[in-house]
Amino acid sequence: MTAAVEITGITKRFGDVVAVDNIDLTIADGEFFALLGPSGCGKTTTLRMIAGLEFPTQGSLKIFGDEVGTLPPNKRPVNTVFQNYALFPHLNALDNVAFGLKMQGVDKSTARKRALETIDLVQLTGMDARKPSELSGGQQQRVALARALVNQPKVLLLDEPLGALDLKLRQEMQGELKNLQQNLGVSFVFVTHDQEEALTMSDRMAVMNDGKLLQVGSPEEIYEHPANRFVADFIGQTNLLEGRVLDSETVCLANGAHVTGTSDLPMGTEVAVSLRPERAHLGPRDETHSRQAAVDGVVESVTYLGNARVYHVRFDWMVIEVREENRPGATLHEPGTPVSVSWDPSAVSVVAD
Amino acid sequence: MTAVKLPSDAEAAVATPEFEAAAIRQESRRGFLLAMPSYAYLVLFFAVPLVIVVVYSFATRNRFGGTDLSGWNLASYARLSEPIVRDILFRSLWLALLTTLICLVIAYPFAYYLATRTPVVRNLMLVFVMIPFWTNFLVRNYAWRVILGNDGPFTDVTEAIGLGERELLFSKTAVVLGLVYSFLPFMILPLYAAIERIDKRLLEASRDLYASGLQSFRKVLLPLSMPGVIAGSILVFVPSLGAYVTPDILGGSKTTLLGSYIVTQFLTARNWPFGAALSFVLMAVMLTTTVVYFRKGGRTL
Ligand SMILES: Nc1ncnc2c1ncn2[C@@H]1O[C@H](COP(=O)(O)OP(=O)(O)O)[C@@H](O)[C@H]1O
Ligand SMILES: [Mg+2]
Repeated sequence: MTAAVEITGITKRFGDVVAVDNIDLTIADGEFFALLGPSGCGKTTTLRMIAGLEFPTQGSLKIFGDEVGTLPPNKRPVNTVFQNYALFPHLNALDNVAFGLKMQGVDKSTARKRALETIDLVQLTGMDARKPSELSGGQQQRVALARALVNQPKVLLLDEPLGALDLKLRQEMQGELKNLQQNLGVSFVFVTHDQEEALTMSDRMAVMNDGKLLQVGSPEEIYEHPANRFVADFIGQTNLLEGRVLDSETVCLANGAHVTGTSDLPMGTEVAVSLRPERAHLGPRDETHSRQAAVDGVVESVTYLGNARVYHVRFDWMVIEVREENRPGATLHEPGTPVSVSWDPSAVSVVAD
Repeated sequence: MTAVKLPSDAEAAVATPEFEAAAIRQESRRGFLLAMPSYAYLVLFFAVPLVIVVVYSFATRNRFGGTDLSGWNLASYARLSEPIVRDILFRSLWLALLTTLICLVIAYPFAYYLATRTPVVRNLMLVFVMIPFWTNFLVRNYAWRVILGNDGPFTDVTEAIGLGERELLFSKTAVVLGLVYSFLPFMILPLYAAIERIDKRLLEASRDLYASGLQSFRKVLLPLSMPGVIAGSILVFVPSLGAYVTPDILGGSKTTLLGSYIVTQFLTARNWPFGAALSFVLMAVMLTTTVVYFRKGGRTL
């Protein structure tokens, strides 16, 4: 099957700034693909190159097998939901949605009919005569979505489409977008800086930083096996225990303690053992652990979250965060208590820079 | 039996509109005081002279070139249908319209270019647009007379490229050229301001939605920059219609326009009532164009 989008060795420079640095990326047909990274890492630029709003400095970009590197946006079978929507302020919702069809030469009555259907699809029935300024943020977001979807693009590009919505509405729209994508079977390329959004919504995701693509994979692969320190830290919460590789099974932490950590890095490489707060367990010091998967510390603070407690445990040079589910009978460790933080040796990953 | 009487909703609500009304009244009184000088200025220098012009336009010219304010009639207005006067009126309207259109066509791409530059380049170019204003209007018009006149640079060029000795001076073309040159900045500035305000991502969005460059201009850029088009057109059309200096210097006696014709009535023919009637008609035309244009523009916005 041909890939929906195939990016090979693409670089984009703006003067001296390298916005996108030699990335390779393949997005399958019908896939919900998230492009995740901190602000300024090159997500929008990547998306704009797929849309044709920016041309790559180098590299090849194919959409369903056709090279589109320097094709203008109106010649590409993709549509964009812009960040902050970019709705036409002088047109009402209906004319906004019908715009693409009219430009493609679809006759007026068909364009109107299809635009109204799409307005129904995004649940804006009856709002068609309103100007963008007469719609709420969430409604504008839906018009933007309808305006792109009505053209039946082969790939839909979304640039932080939920970024401007409040939390409640955002969560609602996340579910709706996901449903819509599954029903339509169209590839979505979804740009976000919110790791939780990327994890919950996408089939596969890419993590970018500083113009570079760091890791591509399913949310589970990326959460469980982060490719490097940045990914481990950026996706979810984690404790990074600094140390050096001792052998393929062991990491020597900065304080000399040896812990289990599988890697194929050469001996002496500076690494960190990534321990997720929810994978760590607190117990009294006298409990017998495999010393290869535990460290001793002192409780510094406890935060009550309702469904869990988060402990901050002082361990030599650092503070380790431990999350204990609030089960009946769970032991409460007061600040100042000497404790042992332990984990299942298979639950940690070893990450380098 | 409740000891404490809670204020009901109705009672609480009664106080507010009163306070609000008082606040609004005070606000508007303050606004009026601040606007007083402008009102006084308008009445003294606009309304009063306007009334005088209207009154004079109904008066009669006496035999010695004075004005009789006693015998009121419509004779001056009747003269508007004379062929000479009608020609001058239509010629003036046509040249003003042509000037406006040419300015629009030249200024739009330039304003767009300006609005899409970096701030430094933008400000530098805006200064260039303003530079002509630093030289006196009359001097600039005489400069054109030298450029277009006999043995001037213009004829040198036409001769050099083999068109023979062409002289533009004292023609309608020269007048339009002079008017376009004089009023172009008045078109560029409002257009620039209007285009600069437009979110350029809207143009990208239209391209993403299959619009060609031209469609993008017609369906998005032009409608959104309409306030600038309207403001610029009025700022060029109105002074072009009443222009006096440029047609006089560059048009010569062959192309009399309304402005110079009115001046002649007051200064040479000493027919003040007719001059007043012409002035009033000119003003009426300007006013209706402005109102119609704004109305029309207001709807498309
Ligand atoms: N048109 C441009 N001109 C110059 N630099 C740009 C331009 N667009 C983006 N950049 C730079 O490229 C980098 C990546 O930007 P962007 O793709 O917008 O990041 P993101 O969407 O991930 O926040 C940033 O450093 C930004 O300043
Ligand atoms: Mg961005």
